[in-house]
Amino acid sequence: MIGKDGISEALSPNMNPAVDARGATETGSAAALRRIILRPEIGGAISAVIVFAFFAMAAGSSGFLSLLGTAYWLDTASELGIIAIPVGMLMIAGEFDLSVGAMVGAASMIVAICTGYFGLHPLIGVGLAFAMAVVLGLVNGMIVTKTKLPSFIVTLSTMFMTTGAILGVSIALTGSSSISAVPTGLASFVFAYKWNEFHISLLHWSILAGVATWVLQSTRFGNWIYATGGNVDTARLAGVPTNRVKIILFVFSAIGAAFVGALQTYTFQNGSVTLGAQYVFSGIAACVIGGVLLTGGYGSLVGTAFGAMTYGIVSMGVFFLGWNADLTELFIGGLLLMAVMANNRLRRFAMGR
Amino acid sequence: MNNDPHIPIIELRDISKSFLGVQAVSHLSMRVMPGEVFCLLGENGAGKSTVIKMLTGVEHPTTGEVLVDGEVTHFTSPRHARERGIATVYQEVGTLPLMSVARNFTLAAEPTKGRGLFRRLDLDKASALAIAGLRELGINRITDGSKLVGTMSGGERQALAIARALHFGARLLVLDEPTAALGVRESASVLKLIHTVRSRGIAVVLITHNAYHAHSVGDAFLVLRRGEVLARFRKGEKSVGEVIELMAGGEELRSLLTEAETNLTSI
Repeated sequence: MIGKDGISEALSPNMNPAVDARGATETGSAAALRRIILRPEIGGAISAVIVFAFFAMAAGSSGFLSLLGTAYWLDTASELGIIAIPVGMLMIAGEFDLSVGAMVGAASMIVAICTGYFGLHPLIGVGLAFAMAVVLGLVNGMIVTKTKLPSFIVTLSTMFMTTGAILGVSIALTGSSSISAVPTGLASFVFAYKWNEFHISLLHWSILAGVATWVLQSTRFGNWIYATGGNVDTARLAGVPTNRVKIILFVFSAIGAAFVGALQTYTFQNGSVTLGAQYVFSGIAACVIGGVLLTGGYGSLVGTAFGAMTYGIVSMGVFFLGWNADLTELFIGGLLLMAVMANNRLRRFAMGR
Repeated sequence: MNNDPHIPIIELRDISKSFLGVQAVSHLSMRVMPGEVFCLLGENGAGKSTVIKMLTGVEHPTTGEVLVDGEVTHFTSPRHARERGIATVYQEVGTLPLMSVARNFTLAAEPTKGRGLFRRLDLDKASALAIAGLRELGINRITDGSKLVGTMSGGERQALAIARALHFGARLLVLDEPTAALGVRESASVLKLIHTVRSRGIAVVLITHNAYHAHSVGDAFLVLRRGEVLARFRKGEKSVGEVIELMAGGEELRSLLTEAETNLTSI
């Protein structure tokens, strides 16, 4: 197994000292290449570059490459990216969260009802939305860790329940499922600020991606996330508090969704129950395109960022081409399929089989 | 913690265990001395796993006493047993293939640098610890702590799991069928590993089906059948053939074989 397929050499280039200078440089560069190929984010980077090149050629003249076009796809990528970062961390820990889509709509409605309908201070609306996110994340996490049921089903249920509950509450309180809300004071800066068409979401996404990458790669908690997803029994027997890791990540993903809910409400100046419905699967799609394994234990947030960019480029590229927006889904679906197939091979390659 | 070679690290004294009225182990006594490889032999259902569960704090005996370093001890949890230096090394779930050697080795007790919000993993230190731990067990091929565990051989992965247990202060390792899924060469490397561990004064409780493997490393042997001690002997007192016969049930096996032979010759 070892030595035949080159993985061990790729990871420990000093293994075979008995090579002449020329051979050594060749092995060195080959090893460096393999090292790059083995990075989990490589698939996401390649897909982002390919779709960008495609739409730059096809839609470059119709505005895709303009400042506005760039700002548009970066904004789409940022909002998806903020959702996808905690969803990706949770996937690396071996769990899914499908309730994020419903959470975006629920948070949006809470913000809009509080500030738009009742005229309360934005801090109260956003605070309530975040509080609800924490509760929902805790509920998701507790149910999944206590019952050991698949998180796919648990969060699918809480997704329906959240949407149903918020719809019922908003109809009862306001008689509508869509409320306008104009940001005031600090809220208009934090959630809706624009600089030369570039939405502040890009800044939030960049900061979050940086911090989350650091947590995942360089802290003990990050190590525990990988271990929990790699094999929950191994991690638990080693002493990792696997349930706590999962619950924290469920809360984190709900907060990410609530943040995007507030962001979109104040950007569109309108809250709606159906806001964010597309994130149910596009968050997971961004992670998988970015190299996160569906089975957990492997992946990176840099890859997830590339996955979100791919999604943003495709959806805005299709828009600038003047095509039907439904074609976005066709592209993303195809990319997703390719990513899953590539990931499987990559894992086998990484394991040296 | 004692280092007295005459006091057993762990002793079971007249232990019985029943589950819902079914007797899994009855009136078993055993002592494991420092630096000794204690082989627990028997067929499936003989009660081996019940014994190791009581040794490692997973189950409590219905009657009888567990003594650690000569003192009666009541394990509250596997963690408690581990704190007293008794560690189980799992073959299947011992290591994480998609994580690096360094991260596997230090999991749940990762060395860190920096403080407060900037407290972060010290991967260089983790890597050095892992490589040193493996080297102590005679594994010199792993020189890069960032290597993925999935690329290592089965024997090396066992070594990593054992090195990890020793690093966290284990004085007695429970190895449950460590050679079961391994090829001949890999099995040999695991047996060599057991030798190395013993030479460092660590005790090993080895559970195996394979009489040859037990015979090649064991110091003390205990054969269980249906929860009872069938035989107990020391190294050199019995041949491999005799051990196989005992494990399979002696007389019963012989009559079974004779029957099979008679059937064959009559064909």
